[in-house]
Amino acid sequence: MIGIINIIIVLFIIIGAFLSLVAAFGVLKFPDVYTRNHAASKSATLGVMSILLGTFLYFYVEKGHFDSSVLLGIVFIFITSPVAGHLISRAAYNSGVKLWDKSVQDDLKLAAKSKKKN
Amino acid sequence: MKTNDIILQTTTKVVVFIIILFSIFIFFKGHYTPGGGFVGGLLTSGAIVLLLLAFDMKTVAEILPINYIYMTATGLLFAVGTAAGALFFNVPFLTHAFGDVYLPILGKTSLHTATIFDLGVFLVVVGVTMTIIQTIGGDE
Repeated sequence: MIGIINIIIVLFIIIGAFLSLVAAFGVLKFPDVYTRNHAASKSATLGVMSILLGTFLYFYVEKGHFDSSVLLGIVFIFITSPVAGHLISRAAYNSGVKLWDKSVQDDLKLAAKSKKKN
Repeated sequence: MKTNDIILQTTTKVVVFIIILFSIFIFFKGHYTPGGGFVGGLLTSGAIVLLLLAFDMKTVAEILPINYIYMTATGLLFAVGTAAGALFFNVPFLTHAFGDVYLPILGKTSLHTATIFDLGVFLVVVGVTMTIIQTIGGDE
């Protein structure tokens, strides 16, 4: 029983570290702000949540210590990190950062244009 | 360009309560674990700064009608009061007392005057931080 839960803890922490690494590679490799932000906000959120869940399980199973602030941290990151990504992307769009030159669709531009016409 | 902030404002409405709850938690656990008045005060002023970011200054002044300079003065009064209260019992300045008190609802509680000193620190930190930020942030 303890062995199984140890394997689960190790898997959670390794998956979290791997997802954070994937986020860092995405920030380095993607061409423009929006795709980089996509990589950073999604992957890093899940990575940090996974690492925190592994930490919580470790302290609960091994030490018998139910640390509720770690659970609160998971909920908090799940709420706030996508909002931060949204705000950064929107600030970049509103200050006129260009999309990648091979991108084909810009719905927000069309919406802003039709709003201006009315 | 006028933008709508509905995502930021809705998230702020949820998150501010979590932050304030956590700051009160950190304030009260400061005697036995890391935390205390300073960190709790900084967290509370962080929550108010989040409100200032999501809404404007006039709205926040309507939500929390507090004069932060008076708040700082009250905190200093608490700190000096608990420190000087020791002089009435013929012990040195800043000597704190503790004991078990029977409260009506909570039952037997162990209370310590260092908590009141910490409450003073909390109020001073919130007051000073918010005074600095509102003075820098205000236009008029």
